[in-house]
Amino acid sequence: MADVAVHADHGSGHGHHSSTGLSNNKLAMWLFLGSECLLFGGLISTYMLYRGRVSDGPHPSAIYDIPFTSVSSFVLLMSSLTMVLAVSSAQRNDDSKTNLWLTVTALLGSTFIGGQVYEFTAFYREGLGFSTSLFGSSFYTLTGFHGVHVSVGVILLLSTMGIIRKNRITGNKAEVVEMVGLYWHFVDIVWIVIFTLVYLIPA
Amino acid sequence: MSAATEEKHDTHEHGLSDAGYIKIALILAAITALEVSTYYVDFGPLFMPSLMIMMVVKFVMVVSYFMHLKFDNRLFSFLFYTGLGLALFCYIVALATFKFFIA
Repeated sequence: MADVAVHADHGSGHGHHSSTGLSNNKLAMWLFLGSECLLFGGLISTYMLYRGRVSDGPHPSAIYDIPFTSVSSFVLLMSSLTMVLAVSSAQRNDDSKTNLWLTVTALLGSTFIGGQVYEFTAFYREGLGFSTSLFGSSFYTLTGFHGVHVSVGVILLLSTMGIIRKNRITGNKAEVVEMVGLYWHFVDIVWIVIFTLVYLIPA
Repeated sequence: MSAATEEKHDTHEHGLSDAGYIKIALILAAITALEVSTYYVDFGPLFMPSLMIMMVVKFVMVVSYFMHLKFDNRLFSFLFYTGLGLALFCYIVALATFKFFIA
């Protein structure tokens, strides 16, 4: 019985709790991330179906810049490290380090977005528009949706930094940072899948 | 409780220590480098399986350690992996319907 109580508290944090003893916020976030798998699964499947359908415009192998995308992937992967270090600092109630790691994570995320904007511009100049081919449509939709998620993540990071600095978090500060962290890591794992299936496996 | 025991307990409750997270990140970076190498080096018939295995290993490592699923309540794992499993099942069936897996 005591073991159950300890176990329930283990995953709870100090936010509002459900009847399971777990944090409602955390439960909702994991449920949301589970549903996001369905969204990205659909987009990735659509890309896999249409990546070879190039009636007009360049073929994927002709435009992908693997060294550039590899660096972008590395940047996003390292942002996951800085994010987890921010969560770790928040759990130790170290606000200055939390803000530092959140800033670095936001910078790395912005670098990734900058890289994606550059990549889209380069592809467009090489003749791949959104409606050029089914490959182009599915590619821009998939990577664009991911880019929007990263952008939302950067906004969340900056907002979190702001409310920590102004001391406006009424509940558990560490849990708030952890929620943002879960979203950020999810964006990273989606890119892990996209990098392999879209860029490294030839059409 | 000794300091070492306390530290060990703290590490187990919240996840890894900062050094532990850095080690995980280095492993992830090394796997990414290996993934990229498959683009330049001919792995023959091992190309596709090795890429898929490396992708799954990276995915599971981030989810387990960075997202703390390994250390958190199992209900969170259930919620996430149910969504993931449902997505995989749904879209593999959809792709099979379009004869995606037939060469």
